[in-house]
Amino acid sequence: MKKILFIEDESALQKTFGDVLTKEGFKMISAIDGEVGLRLASSEKPDLIILDLVLPKLHGLEVLKGLKGNDETRNIPVIILTNMGDMENIEKALELGATTYMIKADYTLEDVVTKIKNAMAA
Amino acid sequence: MNIAKQCRKYNLDLWQCPQFLFLVLGIVIIVSSITIYFIGIHYSQDPEIVAFIVLMISGFLIIISYSIIKSFEKLAEVARMKSEFVGIVSHQIGAPLSNLKWAVDLLISGKIDQVSEKQTAYLQILRENSRRMEDMISDLLIVSKIETDNLPFKVEKASFVELVRSLISRSQPLINASNIEIKLEVEDDLPEIVFDFQKVEQAADNILNNAIRYIGEADMPKETGNIVPKETGNIVPKETGNIGETNVSSEADNIKSKGKIKVILRREANFLCLEVKDNGIGIPEDDQKYIFQKFFRASNASKIQAQGSGLGLYIAKSIIEKSGGKIYFVSKEDQGSTFVFTLPVE
Repeated sequence: MKKILFIEDESALQKTFGDVLTKEGFKMISAIDGEVGLRLASSEKPDLIILDLVLPKLHGLEVLKGLKGNDETRNIPVIILTNMGDMENIEKALELGATTYMIKADYTLEDVVTKIKNAMAA
Repeated sequence: MNIAKQCRKYNLDLWQCPQFLFLVLGIVIIVSSITIYFIGIHYSQDPEIVAFIVLMISGFLIIISYSIIKSFEKLAEVARMKSEFVGIVSHQIGAPLSNLKWAVDLLISGKIDQVSEKQTAYLQILRENSRRMEDMISDLLIVSKIETDNLPFKVEKASFVELVRSLISRSQPLINASNIEIKLEVEDDLPEIVFDFQKVEQAADNILNNAIRYIGEADMPKETGNIVPKETGNIVPKETGNIGETNVSSEADNIKSKGKIKVILRREANFLCLEVKDNGIGIPEDDQKYIFQKFFRASNASKIQAQGSGLGLYIAKSIIEKSGGKIYFVSKEDQGSTFVFTLPVE
């Protein structure tokens, strides 16, 4: 079973994605802040990481930098899922190696799941 | 001109209010010029007195000028804080709204549990209303960025024609549901242009969406040949030949009460023009001068369509003008409107 690490401080979203991803046949691991996210990425070696940007303790872009700077986690695809829609964050995230940048307001749950599946298939 | 009212509107003291200070400044300058003239005539043998008076008056004027600058700074700061506030609040509301939207999506999908038809109908209401709130927040964020001059433009070479075609295609369910017949006319060989695809798409979407939402039951306005720009600019679009016409409506024709929208894409000198013509409710004459102001909604629009933030045309205008184009319209109440915007080819 493929593993997805979901780094997001909103517990409501963790619950929703936990349910939907489990139904889709994935195993979801949750991290409530950036530091825990980085630690779990190293220890659990997920197949995909979904990362929010505004996170407690460590900003999402710092987490992304940490992931891409670590040999163990460098090749794990990272989907950014955030409310931050400014060009500065989008460009920075893509530059750092994020696979996809998704603004929460622009997508339905189905869209997000499709993107996750596509990223896993790639 | 009611100065006291203006000052109260901006929540400024009288001695911080630019309108009042300008009035004082004007009076002081006129009175002092006349006084100095007469003093100069009487005391021409004693220039020190004249010089002293001029010095005193100059000092007074400098103090007033300083107050004016400070008050403008205060107004600018308030405007900046307001936009920043809107931006922060929008982000904060956006997060729980996404949670709500996706939780409802999940329930509707039936993946958690079976949902009855009745429950689905209520969940659809929740979804539709969270979508409306999201659209409103998104518009407010854009307005906040426009006002702080912080709306980034990412230009690339792309097909404006494809943008319009895909926009109409995406709007087709709403067009069909509203029983509207839509026609697209595209001039041959329109070139690709350099522009911010997403932003211009939003501007075009706002205009097309207005045409759909405010459609009426009148007949299509007669072809008039020339459109005189209402807003600005010296581009006078006219009907041109050599146009490939596509009827993209799936509804039956010749229904008198049917809403009709005609979208025309053509080239005018160094500009591409998008014209959206409808037989909707039109804009009352008295409202036309305010139509691009933010939060403004025409009186007849509010009556037939309760939803609407009054930000769509303001955003469209800001985007088009920042892209180097112009936006204008002609409209007649109960007969329809034609909105045109242009984008530079080079």
